[in-house]
Amino acid sequence: MIRRVAVLVSATLVLAACQREERDTRPQSALGSGEQPTPVTTLEPGGERPFHTDNKAASFEANAFHMSEGKRLFSWFNCSGCHANGGGGMGPALMDEKWIYGSSMESIHATIRDGRPNGMPSFRDKIPDDQIWELAAYVRSLSGNAPSSAAPQRNDDMMVHPSENRMPDAATLGKSP
Amino acid sequence: MKALPQLALTRVDAQRHTRKWTAGNSFGVILLVTLLACLPLLGAASEPPQTGAIVPPAAASPPDDGQWTMPAKNYASTRFSELSEINDGNVKNLQVAFTFSTGVNKGQEAAPLVVGNTMYIVTPFPNIVYALDLSRPGAPMKWKYEPNPEPAAQGVACCDVVNRGAAFADGRVFFNTLDGHTIALDANTGKPIWNTHIGNINIGETITMAPLVVKGKVLVGNSGGEMGVRGWVKALDAGDGHVVWTAYGTGPDKDVLIGPTFKPHYDMDKGKDLGVTTWPPEAWKIGGGNMWGWISYDPDLNLIFHGTGNPGPWNPDLRPGDNKWTSGIFARDPDTGAAKWFYQWSPHDLHDYDGINEQILLDMTWQGKPRKVLVRPERNGYLYILDRTTGEVLSAKPFGPVNSSKGVDLKTGRLIENPDKKTGTGKVVRDICPTASGLKDWQPSAFSPKTGLLYIPHNNLCMDEEGVEVNYIAGTPYVGMNVRMIPGPGGNRGAFTAWDVAAEKPAWSLKENFPVWSGAVVTAGDVVFYGTMEGWFKAVSARTGDLLWQFKTSSGIIGQPITYRGPDGHQYVAILSGVGGWAGAIVSGDLDPRDATAALGFVNAMKDLKNATTAGGTLYVFRLPR
Repeated sequence: MIRRVAVLVSATLVLAACQREERDTRPQSALGSGEQPTPVTTLEPGGERPFHTDNKAASFEANAFHMSEGKRLFSWFNCSGCHANGGGGMGPALMDEKWIYGSSMESIHATIRDGRPNGMPSFRDKIPDDQIWELAAYVRSLSGNAPSSAAPQRNDDMMVHPSENRMPDAATLGKSP
Repeated sequence: MKALPQLALTRVDAQRHTRKWTAGNSFGVILLVTLLACLPLLGAASEPPQTGAIVPPAAASPPDDGQWTMPAKNYASTRFSELSEINDGNVKNLQVAFTFSTGVNKGQEAAPLVVGNTMYIVTPFPNIVYALDLSRPGAPMKWKYEPNPEPAAQGVACCDVVNRGAAFADGRVFFNTLDGHTIALDANTGKPIWNTHIGNINIGETITMAPLVVKGKVLVGNSGGEMGVRGWVKALDAGDGHVVWTAYGTGPDKDVLIGPTFKPHYDMDKGKDLGVTTWPPEAWKIGGGNMWGWISYDPDLNLIFHGTGNPGPWNPDLRPGDNKWTSGIFARDPDTGAAKWFYQWSPHDLHDYDGINEQILLDMTWQGKPRKVLVRPERNGYLYILDRTTGEVLSAKPFGPVNSSKGVDLKTGRLIENPDKKTGTGKVVRDICPTASGLKDWQPSAFSPKTGLLYIPHNNLCMDEEGVEVNYIAGTPYVGMNVRMIPGPGGNRGAFTAWDVAAEKPAWSLKENFPVWSGAVVTAGDVVFYGTMEGWFKAVSARTGDLLWQFKTSSGIIGQPITYRGPDGHQYVAILSGVGGWAGAIVSGDLDPRDATAALGFVNAMKDLKNATTAGGTLYVFRLPR
């Protein structure tokens, strides 16, 4: 009996240790989410207004599964055709520290969904909204804006750049400790 | 089996030739280093080739009037000027006459034009046209015209937002905009006369080429071979801009303007609707074959000659078949567009070998017989000599390191592919030479009838390739290939080679650190001008390649030099400086060199360009001191 209890307890403990991040393997395919305001500048006359976060951003950002999906979709929707594997080409580089239209999840989501005037096409109604969030999460990982424990690892393909989980952490890069 | 002995023979020939090329190349460097010490030896080694034997047809190269009315100088595309005030003796004294900022910091690939007392420049996107008054000190602006193309067009331009120049005819300046317009301006006032919208950016179409005006028609082709755009050439009426004919690069014969007058020389190009049957079902509709390069015109034969770009996507596994009529060359009647003959440089192209380079029209004696030929330094690495009346290949010799193919079978006309360098889905193939950008890309060469040499600015790069799956989404890239480029044999990424057309071998070759992405111009003063991506504008001897003069401009040079007689009766040389283009996209587009595949793999070979130059856009004009 004591043995049984011990087994039960240890099994419970083991299972409890398996607490993993949630995988929303069947994201809702509904088109479009909130029309969250996403300013593309920090210059706001009269002082900064409070930043409106989209509640979806947090659930997709830094999530290993979503970033991994984002990486797959990045090729699937031909993002890689213009932005290469992050270094850029027809479109700007995504792995550097420069952000033309903002680096937040909300900004990147808006860039993909609505396009930008100098060549970024609008994928509104073409890519399901949750997949846009996955793409946004992956785009952030290209420049070290994702925990290395969650960012995608190296490709099965030709090695073309340091894998996303080996990018220098953008949060500390070039800043004094 | 019957073709085997011939095949083997060609292979041996190609190998032997490659060795010769390497020897010639290193010899060129020795010449440079030991310039003064070996002067007598030098003279003996570089015996000037037979002169007078090879000349452009008179009808396509009228006597030089000192103007520069089209980027290629004349219909024969020689880029040869008869001006000789600046010569190999005094070129060392050249000095700046004036400069002009184009106000656009993108790749400046255009050739300035000079007509009468006015110089015309067209910039990269936003495609501003400037007219400068050469008769007044400092060449002040006469007028400027801003077409205001759609900014979104920048997102579908494959390799920087370049423009390769305008064309002048009958008091009008004709040019194309990135967002697919052809515009005619009054050359005196800069007022638009007509504006025809012929390209659709929403399917990925852009226009970057310089138009050519032939018999009252403005010839224009589209870009978009990396976006699954179906290629075409259109003839627009120079008077009012309406489209007279359209010839597609893929599809049924009626779309390609193939009819009863079409007589290709080789069996591989004969058959009905090959533009459909040499593709998987419907793939020709998104198959490329764009015309974004150069057109030549022979008034005697009444034929225009133009190439066709690469098939799309790059991954060859996705389009089994010969993929007609991509990566080839057409001869057409300029009045109707009807095809006369076709030759395919790279059937079922494996490596993005667009066939759109310049063709120089020459008359020469070939194996004892006078022939009307067309000389083409092609992207796949071969210097072709074709009979321009029939499309027959007379000669195809590599002008640099080539391992993606093993020569050209002159009996069938077919490129002999090297199976070891064949790419495909999920397969990484290394050290393929030349690269997707070719042994030579769009950068036009120049031919001097005085020396019989063709001066070829070109690349020396190799690449690794991996085919990947790709989805066609209209208006987005359709490539399906991971590419990373590396310097070619010797480590110099570029070269400037003088090719002896009659002897079918290089006379000399200069090594350059970066790809030579600028055009060339050669003069009766025996001087050749070209630019480097560091920003040096160089004058070298047309006979020996000796460096005679150089000037460091503000940015890397990828433009086309020209030379003209100014209103004061003296000779001037002009070049646009401003790095960019595919090779310079790392600078003009601020790309990240940590990604080897950036700019379709070109960035990997250009990692240090950001340390060598910065973006710019400045016209430089030089003259001798007064």
